[in-house]
Amino acid sequence: MSDKTKRRMNGADAVLRSLEAEGVDMVFGLPGGAILPTYDAFARGTTVRHVLARHEQGAGHMAEGYARASGRVGVAIATSGPGATNLVTPIADAWMDSTPLVCITGQVRSNLIGTDAFQECDITGITIPIVKHSWLVQDVEEIPATIKAAFHVASTGRCGPVLVDIPRDIQEAELDFSYPDDVSLPGWKPPRRGHPRQTAAAAQAVAAAERPILYVGGGVLNAHATDELLRLAETARLPVVTTLMAKSAFPETHELHMGWPGMHGPKWSNWALNKADLIVAVGSRFDDRVTGKVSAFAPGATVVHLDIDAAEIGKIRRADVPVVGPLKPVLADLATQLATVAVPGKTEPWLRQIAEWREQFPLRYGETQPGDLLKPQPVFEMLQELTASRDDIVWTTGVGQHQMWAMQYLLCDRPRTFITSGGLGTMGYGVPAAIGAKAARPDATVVCIDGDGCFQMTQQELATSVLENLPIVVVIVNNGYLGMVRQWQDMFFEERFSQIHLTHSLPDYAKLAEAYGALGFTAETESEVQAALEEALASGRTAVVDARVDPREHCFPMIPAGAAALDLVEYEDVKDEVTTL
Amino acid sequence: MIHTIAVLLENKPGALTRITSMFARRGYNIESLAVGPTERHDVSRITLRVDCAEQPLEQIEKQMHKLVNVLRVTELVPGDSIERELALLRVSAQPSVRAELMALGEVFGARVVDLGPDAIVFELTGPPEDVDSFEELVRPHGLQELVRTGRIGLNRPSRSTTKRPKPHVLV
Repeated sequence: MSDKTKRRMNGADAVLRSLEAEGVDMVFGLPGGAILPTYDAFARGTTVRHVLARHEQGAGHMAEGYARASGRVGVAIATSGPGATNLVTPIADAWMDSTPLVCITGQVRSNLIGTDAFQECDITGITIPIVKHSWLVQDVEEIPATIKAAFHVASTGRCGPVLVDIPRDIQEAELDFSYPDDVSLPGWKPPRRGHPRQTAAAAQAVAAAERPILYVGGGVLNAHATDELLRLAETARLPVVTTLMAKSAFPETHELHMGWPGMHGPKWSNWALNKADLIVAVGSRFDDRVTGKVSAFAPGATVVHLDIDAAEIGKIRRADVPVVGPLKPVLADLATQLATVAVPGKTEPWLRQIAEWREQFPLRYGETQPGDLLKPQPVFEMLQELTASRDDIVWTTGVGQHQMWAMQYLLCDRPRTFITSGGLGTMGYGVPAAIGAKAARPDATVVCIDGDGCFQMTQQELATSVLENLPIVVVIVNNGYLGMVRQWQDMFFEERFSQIHLTHSLPDYAKLAEAYGALGFTAETESEVQAALEEALASGRTAVVDARVDPREHCFPMIPAGAAALDLVEYEDVKDEVTTL
Repeated sequence: MIHTIAVLLENKPGALTRITSMFARRGYNIESLAVGPTERHDVSRITLRVDCAEQPLEQIEKQMHKLVNVLRVTELVPGDSIERELALLRVSAQPSVRAELMALGEVFGARVVDLGPDAIVFELTGPPEDVDSFEELVRPHGLQELVRTGRIGLNRPSRSTTKRPKPHVLV
């Protein structure tokens, strides 16, 4: 404890003074019984802005969107019981995508814990498998140190979610508050630097390779190491593929950016990764959506694996040269060493080879026939064209086909401008994440690319967007179906479509948007979509563009689950099938 | 192969659950687990046994080490460590076979802690393999009840300077 003057206050005030001390400017939440004292503290005054969500899941995803857009810790607040369980999905999402998140939940009074009291649930127990750590505060004196520790654990080492559960009587009890300068966590010692010998070995391996590639994951963004990554790639002229979570970690119009590997990555990106003789995995984890069949993944490649989390080394793929440490200094060291040991021009034939594949295997889709609904891909091409010259765009997405097209067609040159749910694949992530991103980046134009299925999971947060003056543009790539499920049923279940038809027009998304005080557009042709997007992007208001597209269109290329990455399925003409629209 | 792992952890509410939950979540089966206090009041020690190959063992240790309450994870290598287990066995013992059973117990250093008209309760402390043997020997007589603590272990100071093949010591 520092010797700062102690002030007498209750636990709820201590929570807010702690958040202020952490430099938190914004939290997302929804009040209820067990967290009432803390909301009373909000009412009594704080520098922390509270954004009122319509559902705790929305609050959690907003906090995630805030964290992803800002690189800071996101904070979500909810009451006990159902409020807390509604946070479980965002917590799991943040766990899978290593998003720094502090969740604060109210709990029933200490003397009621264990009695099945009203709105009681063991949220620390429920969330054990999906948090880095959690605390049930049992003494009001513990509040400052616990919040300090919560922010520390969430944001150091491999980032992720933590939970602080505070019984109502603890929020009401009094303490002499002072905020600690240090944390006392004897068991939490994330690596502070990489081993120089390992980094040197990594540099040698890169210099020796004929066909090296940087396989970059979301860890680079969490590590604030995008500048170091760029320097490394340029120093040794290394091609770069970025995973979905790393999209925007490397400028995508850069000549060394070779696309996105994995299930719906372009063929040339997957070939580049799978035919490499050296893979430098940078804050990536050999996810099954990237590798396909692991035994057939990049069989000829030596692996250098750089990660802050030792447990990722060798978890899926053996690392020949592991480097455990924070990526910022590790990448900087590697770039410095390669500046001396890399052989100039050595990677040029390999870069030319990938460029040839790029020419040979472009993204393709079918032409819109007269009478057909608009294809989805042109919507993305329009979005890319409309925003290419702008440097203020931040994208968020839901999960499914639209997300994969967004990955393929939207080019992001600036870090933290593509915010999506990767690991957990949480439908409904897009709208609240966009609101959180807008809160973090008020200067930005935040565009949520959503599916009609996703949108309907969290659409109520349009109210939050409008009333909290956090305007976002939502583009619903509306095919009237759970599109990715439809694609799988079509390809792998002999076209037996089961429980996927949502319809294009119920609800009427434009009217729904208007009901929330937002702008609403319905667009069925290319020109209508173009006009609606232009108006929505220029409006500065919350807007929903319902772009109605052909449900028969599949997202290609595709590595079927469990197949080898090199056996990806490319676009073929859409089958002339009977479809109820 | 079965491995014995010693885990030092902060004596905090839920710390044990976090470890067992991690095993369940990642699909590792715990063969036995013993937990108790240590020389430090704020630190507990778990000795657990898990049946897995080298690679998953490394994963288990790394995943455990990521838990905030976990202070240290060490593999106890057979030969370089002392392992003990306590068992209580209630064995059917009509007066006619009592002497035979008690002689058997003596061989293993098992103590008779209770004696009823038709049953004996033995207490046996020793290397887990001895407990296994004793259990098998008394089983034909009618093993009514058995409880074992699960093994606990310490590295041998006499071997602490020996270079072990793969000690898996993570700070």
